[in-house]
Amino acid sequence: MDVMPKWAEVILVPLISLVLAAVLSAIVILAIGEDPVEAVNLMVTGALGSTYGWGYTLYYATNFLFTGLAVSVAFHAGLFNIGGEGQAMLGGLGVALACLFIPWPHWTLALLGASVAAALFGAAWAAIPAFLQAKRGSHIVITTIMFNFIGAAVLNYVLVNLMRPPGSMDPATARFPEVTHLPTLHDILLPLGISFSRSAPANVTFVIALLACVLVWFLLWRTWLGYEIRSYGKSEPGAKYAGISPVVITMIAMLISGALAGLMAINNVMGEAERLVLNAVEGAGFIGIAVALMGRSHPFGVLLAAILFGFLYQGGAELALWTSIPRELIVVIQALVILFTGALDNMVRMPLERLFLMLRRREA
Amino acid sequence: MVEQAPAIELKGISKAFGPVQANKNISIRVMPGTIHGIIGENGAGKSTLMSILYGFYKADAGEIFISGKKTEIPDSQAAIAAGIGMVFQHFKLVENFTVLENIILGAEDGGLLTPSLAKARKTLLELEHEYGLNVDPDAVIEELGVGMQQRVEILKALYRQADILILDEPTGVLTPAEADQLFRILDRLRQEGKTIILITHKLREIMEATDTVSVMRRGEMTATVKTSDTSPAELAELMVGRKVLLRVDKTPAQPGDVVLDIKGLRVVDDKGVERIKGIDLQVRAGEIVGIAGVAGNGQSELLEVLGGYAEATGEIRVNGQPLDLSGRYADGRSRRARGIAHVPEDRQREGLIMDFSAWENTAFGYHRDPGYQSGVLLNNAAIRADTEAKMGRFDVRPPNPALAAKNFSGGNQQKIVLAREIERNPDLLLVGQPTRGVDIGAIEFIHQQIVALRDKGKAVLLVSVELEEILALADRVAVMFDGHIMGERLSAETDEKELGLLMAGVSA
Repeated sequence: MDVMPKWAEVILVPLISLVLAAVLSAIVILAIGEDPVEAVNLMVTGALGSTYGWGYTLYYATNFLFTGLAVSVAFHAGLFNIGGEGQAMLGGLGVALACLFIPWPHWTLALLGASVAAALFGAAWAAIPAFLQAKRGSHIVITTIMFNFIGAAVLNYVLVNLMRPPGSMDPATARFPEVTHLPTLHDILLPLGISFSRSAPANVTFVIALLACVLVWFLLWRTWLGYEIRSYGKSEPGAKYAGISPVVITMIAMLISGALAGLMAINNVMGEAERLVLNAVEGAGFIGIAVALMGRSHPFGVLLAAILFGFLYQGGAELALWTSIPRELIVVIQALVILFTGALDNMVRMPLERLFLMLRRREA
Repeated sequence: MVEQAPAIELKGISKAFGPVQANKNISIRVMPGTIHGIIGENGAGKSTLMSILYGFYKADAGEIFISGKKTEIPDSQAAIAAGIGMVFQHFKLVENFTVLENIILGAEDGGLLTPSLAKARKTLLELEHEYGLNVDPDAVIEELGVGMQQRVEILKALYRQADILILDEPTGVLTPAEADQLFRILDRLRQEGKTIILITHKLREIMEATDTVSVMRRGEMTATVKTSDTSPAELAELMVGRKVLLRVDKTPAQPGDVVLDIKGLRVVDDKGVERIKGIDLQVRAGEIVGIAGVAGNGQSELLEVLGGYAEATGEIRVNGQPLDLSGRYADGRSRRARGIAHVPEDRQREGLIMDFSAWENTAFGYHRDPGYQSGVLLNNAAIRADTEAKMGRFDVRPPNPALAAKNFSGGNQQKIVLAREIERNPDLLLVGQPTRGVDIGAIEFIHQQIVALRDKGKAVLLVSVELEEILALADRVAVMFDGHIMGERLSAETDEKELGLLMAGVSA
């Protein structure tokens, strides 16, 4: 028998972890002489109080959704893909090449083409560590971390030496042509009579991220490929017995994972910056790990966790803007949330399990 | 005569893990200088009880008396201090240390190693002499055989001045001859006044070695009797709670055409060690061929090669057609398509995904079969329906396809695997340890299913480390030792003694 009912496992544990992280954050804010209630107020109004705030929250959430799904798919195959950062960087390169060098007739086609390019580049960047793991047993955690650095270096080289417009001092590509600009949520919602902030960066990619969420769920729980991925992740000897090739599954899972991480670039590079800059990913690849952990690697959990982290990002930015709470402290708060929901999961889980056991024994 | 205090007395021990009551109000008395057997099916609570005695778990209720004195045992240190020594089923030795180093590990005197080694050597030699346990103190553990390693474990306990020795399934890894030696050692220890608790599920060992025996069933102590007053049949009935057939009902085999034909098979593992050193074996339709042998003599590798996930050289033909021996994993699927079904030795590691539901496990390995798959999708509804039917026919309890495999008992887990493999109606069934960790009640059913498949004219290759099982089930027995087949016998014309010699590498 499972010790806890499913609702407690899925909702109660993360919720209590969150509350604990919030309490600790409040203490930290108090300690530097600021008012935690005011801070929460600012974060909530800043991130959720206006369509402008929502626009940013959803924009960040879109990034985290892609990287969170990327980490989740790899997790299900028992692989820890820490390389989302590098895969998203390379995805950005794919988007930039597709947008700058192909004369697209319409943004829809550009979106399709750029998505394919982003996924291919991201997948290619994951393919090398995947191959080394599958064939040589080089640990994927180590190789994907190294590939983040290699990816940053590659991007640096490409931007500075190859793709920088002549005369520009900025290590970035030229702006993408007008036709490749993606409609923002403002543009999409206006015909429906909803007035959404014009200046917020959330764009049509959010819809694609939602679609990716459903597709990942479908892949994992409805297809035989997903079944093989999950089997391999649970038990490698079992997978071998069942005629599931560890090499093939490692490759496929990592390619899907890398493609998802790469797809993030449609949001930040094509949808927001509309050119490729050096530090476009801004750590979203790493946040994806926390999102996947908190979302229990389930696509819908990942969706909720991504929105939460989007809220933290946008709320944190507001906090830094309007109070004397320094920017670094925002990182501390985000780190606390990651710590409690990800790393310290058992701290909440074990007492809860004991509680449920006691309750059950009393009933019995 | 003064009434002697029992060496160990447990009064009203209870322990629950969540909703599972592992031990219910258990009381036993073991007199000093006796061998007391504890027998019961897997999951009956034997190991829990001993873990409480050794300080791994804390009992919810009950008291422990050692030599008449009430003793608290909060951890294993306290158990050792109370004179209790434990020999685990899986040895806890440092493989690349010498015997002597292993003996003093955790019982060193002072910070310097040399003086404590010298002192230990003296004590150890005295102990060896006293109990007739000959082991070279300077031998490295990994170079010793299993039987010797077990002696080191016993010496470890004696070195810590244990008066009470608990042995958990000590013969699981031994050849019959080694087991006999062990029992002689235990007898000697008893004569020297030690008290021994022997945990086992083998009735024969209880009958041969113990003075008294307690039977456990579902967390309860159902009986404690003098061994000389009971019989195997009575003990089996006490264990299961009903009458059981200790023998398998089967008619003589009627072997037909050769289904499995192995010629010159060699297997080298990834460390470069040759595990199978050129074997020839045939299995015909309508017969069960048993592979006997102590674990680790190449039987597992044989099953892996036949199952299609280990590399080999040589030739294997099934129904006259050669098998691909390259060990590419996807072969598992083509093997199944060619009518080879495989019940693996370790169902929890290989045969099942423990976190998956019963229905997901029923598709395991067959998930790309036309009946279970449509395009890229799994046909979940069809698999569920099929699982429900199979669970009914194999009497899997509870018959709930959505329940995770880990929540079924060992016997029911095995039935899920067997239902999946046997209902495919394969030409060749590979079965590894079909009843390991399975309760006696389910053993009967599992044996009947395997015999029924044979009677339908199918070939069965059975690998088991339980000689009794091999003799009861197989029509022909091949004994493996160190990667060779030492000999083949008709099971009607051989006995445990002859097979035991072959298992030890003595060719007849």
